[in-house]
Amino acid sequence: MTSAPPHREIAVVAFAQTVHRRISDELSEVEMLMPVLHEVLDRTGLKTADIDFTCSGSSDYLAGRAFSFTLALDGVGAWPPISESHVEMDGAWALYEAWTKLLTGDADTALVYAYGKSSPGPVRDVLTRQLDPYYVAPLWPDSVALAALQAQALIDTGAADEPALAAVAARNRENAAANPHAQLRHRVPQGDYLVRPLRTGDCPPIGDGAAAVILAAGDRARALCARPAWIRGIDHRIEAHGLGVRDLTDSPSTRLAAERAGAFARPVDTAELHAPFTAQEIVLRRALRLGDDVTVNPSGGALAAHPIMAAGLIRLGEAAARIHRGASDRALAHATSGPCLQQNLVAVLEGEPR
Amino acid sequence: MSKEPVAVVGIGQTRHVAARRDVSIAGLVREAARRALEDAALTWADIDAVVIGKAPDFFEGVMMPELYLADALGAVGKPLLRVHTAGSVGGSTALVAANLVAARVHATVLTLAFEKQSESNAMWGLSLPIPFQQPLLAGAGGFFAPHIRAYMRRSGAPETIGALVAYKDRRNALKNPYAHLHEHDITLEKVMASPMLWDPVRYSETCPSSDGACAMVLTDRAGAARAPRPPAWMLGGAMRSEPTLFAGKDFVSPQAGRDCAADVYRQAGVTDPRREIDGAEIYVPFSWYEPMWLENLGFADPGEGWKLTEAGVTELDGDLPVNMSGGVLSTNPIGASGMIRFAEAALQVRGQAGEHQVEGARRVLGHAYGGGSQFFSMWLVGARPPDS
Repeated sequence: MTSAPPHREIAVVAFAQTVHRRISDELSEVEMLMPVLHEVLDRTGLKTADIDFTCSGSSDYLAGRAFSFTLALDGVGAWPPISESHVEMDGAWALYEAWTKLLTGDADTALVYAYGKSSPGPVRDVLTRQLDPYYVAPLWPDSVALAALQAQALIDTGAADEPALAAVAARNRENAAANPHAQLRHRVPQGDYLVRPLRTGDCPPIGDGAAAVILAAGDRARALCARPAWIRGIDHRIEAHGLGVRDLTDSPSTRLAAERAGAFARPVDTAELHAPFTAQEIVLRRALRLGDDVTVNPSGGALAAHPIMAAGLIRLGEAAARIHRGASDRALAHATSGPCLQQNLVAVLEGEPR
Repeated sequence: MSKEPVAVVGIGQTRHVAARRDVSIAGLVREAARRALEDAALTWADIDAVVIGKAPDFFEGVMMPELYLADALGAVGKPLLRVHTAGSVGGSTALVAANLVAARVHATVLTLAFEKQSESNAMWGLSLPIPFQQPLLAGAGGFFAPHIRAYMRRSGAPETIGALVAYKDRRNALKNPYAHLHEHDITLEKVMASPMLWDPVRYSETCPSSDGACAMVLTDRAGAARAPRPPAWMLGGAMRSEPTLFAGKDFVSPQAGRDCAADVYRQAGVTDPRREIDGAEIYVPFSWYEPMWLENLGFADPGEGWKLTEAGVTELDGDLPVNMSGGVLSTNPIGASGMIRFAEAALQVRGQAGEHQVEGARRVLGHAYGGGSQFFSMWLVGARPPDS
C-alpha cells in the first residue's frame, strides 16, 4: 500500500518557544510570534532569506477572524516572496508537511511555526465547534466533558483510578519546575471536580503561546547544529469522529503511527506526549508500550503549558532540544488533535552516538 | 534522489449550485471523492492518505471540519492533512498531496477541497471586524476593485474588457455540466447592463457564491500504469507568498505570482509560455483579473494582457483558451475553486473535458491565488510524463 520508506536525512536543528501565559492581551499574535521566530533563526545563524520553505499551523477559530495566519506572515518577513504553506492544524502537522517538502529535495531548510491564543474566548465553548455540526455540536459538549467521558471509561476498565490521575498531574508539573517556558511550574492542588472524574488538576492550564522549529537536511543540518535531532520516522493517523464508535481507553491511531514511524524497533529513552488531560497520558503510555524506564514529559507536557495549535509542535521541539543538549539519544514525540485523542502524530528523533 | 513523477488518475466534482440543501457537508465531499475514485477505478482501500483543503472555517461554522469529515473521506486509520492558504488553498492542497507522492511517502493520495457557502454568509465571513480592517471594505470585491482600476489606468485598457471576459466565461460554462451558472440567454449587452457593484466590477463580472467540492486521485508511475484512463502528469508545481500590505507592493502584478509562475516554468522546461502552453485555468473571481493574470503569468507583456482578451485569443477556440470550464466567474465554492482550476487543467490534457475540451491540449496551466493577492499556487500538467 505504501511505498518503501523515504531516504533523506532530515533533522530538527533548532527550537524556540514563548513563555506561555494565561493572558497576553497586550500582544497581537504577530507580536507574540516575532521573538520566537527571531530566536529560532538566531540559534542557527540563518536569515529569513536562507529558509527554503516555511510552514505554519494555527486556527481561525481561536483567533476569531478569517485568514488570521496572513497577519502572522508579516512577522516572517515574506519579502522577497517565499515558498510557504499553512495547515489549519497543530504545528506538528506543519512540521510534517515541511518534512515531506524536504524529502522531495526541493528544499534543504524549513521554518515551521505555530501559535494560538486561548485567552480571548471561552476555549471550552470554542472547541465544541470542532464537533459534528449536525448531531453533536448543537449539544455543546465541551472539551473537558468529553475528556471526562474518556477518563471515566479508563477508570471503569481498572487501568487507572483518581489517585493515579493525580500522580500524573503532580509528576508533569514537578518536571515543569525545570522549564522556564511552562505556565504551571509547581504542583497545584487537584481541586474540585470540573467534570467528574476530572478535577481542575487533571486539566491543562488555558494559555497563549507560540513555538518554532527549523528543519534541515543532511550536511546542512550538521553545519547548523552540533547535534541534530534526526527524524528517523514520522507518521500520523486519524480515528473516527463519532465517540460512540471508538474505544476511548485505547489509542489505535497513536499505535499505528508509532509503528509506521519505527518507534517499536528500539526502545526510546524519552517521550514527550501531548496529553492535555491526565487520563490521556495513561492511554498514550499503554498504546505506545512505554516502560517505567522512559522519561515522560520532562518539559512538564501539556499539563504545564497548553497553547492550543502549538502544544503538539512544542512536544517535537522539546524532544529535539533534549537531543541537542545530549540529554537524550532516542526520543519519541507525540501530538494530538480533535476530541479525546482523535488524531495523533508520532515522530522518532535520534542524536548521533556520542 | 530524484522525485517520483506524479500523475492525476482520477477527477471528481459535485454539481456546483448556490445551495446543496440535499446533502450535508460530509455528503458533499463524499460525492466528489467517490466520482474521483470511480474515474480512477479505485476503491477507498486503495487510498494511502487524504489531503483536504478549504478556505476559512467560518464559511460553514465548523472549526477544523476535517476531524468530523474523517469518516466520510474514508480516512479512518490513515493520515489526514488539512491545508488552509486562503483562496489559493485548492491549489495548495493538491500540491501538498503531490509532494507526498513525489517524496515517495505514499503511492496513492486522495486530495479534495470544498466549500459549502450556503451554510453561512461568505461576504461577512470575509469582512473582518474593525479595527482589523477599515469600514466599507465589505467582501472581496471591495478589496479588489481599486486594484482593477489601477490596472485600467496603468494599461489604458478599454472599459469593455471586463464584460468580454465575463461573456466568454459564462458561455464556456454552458458547455460544462458541473458549472454553477448556466445562463442560456447571456448576451454581451446584458453583462454590460448589469448593476455596478464595486466600480468597475458589475454584477455579471463577479463570481457567484457556490456549494461544491472537487477531488483528485494522485499516484506514482506504477499507479498511473494501472489507471484505466490516460493520466495527467505534473510537470511543475509551486507556491509563493508575500505580505498583504507593504510599501511598494504591486497589487496589479504581485511579485509572488511572477515568481511562482517562473518556478513552475523552470521545472517544466517552459521558456515561452505563450507558445508552449495550450490553455490555462486561471483563478479569475472578477472579470478584469483575466488580463491582469495573463500578464502576471507571462502570457503577455505588462500592459498587453487585455489585447489578448479583446482579440479573442482566450476564447475556447482561440490560440490560448482561458477558463474553458467557465472559471471562477461561473462556479465559486471558494475553498474548492483553486482545485477545480487544477483539475480542469488535468481534464484537458487527459482529453476528458467533454464539450469544453480544447483539441490537442498537451500542456495546461492550473492557477489559484488568495488573500490580498498574496498567496499563489500553480501547476502545469501534461499529457506525457516529465522527461519523456
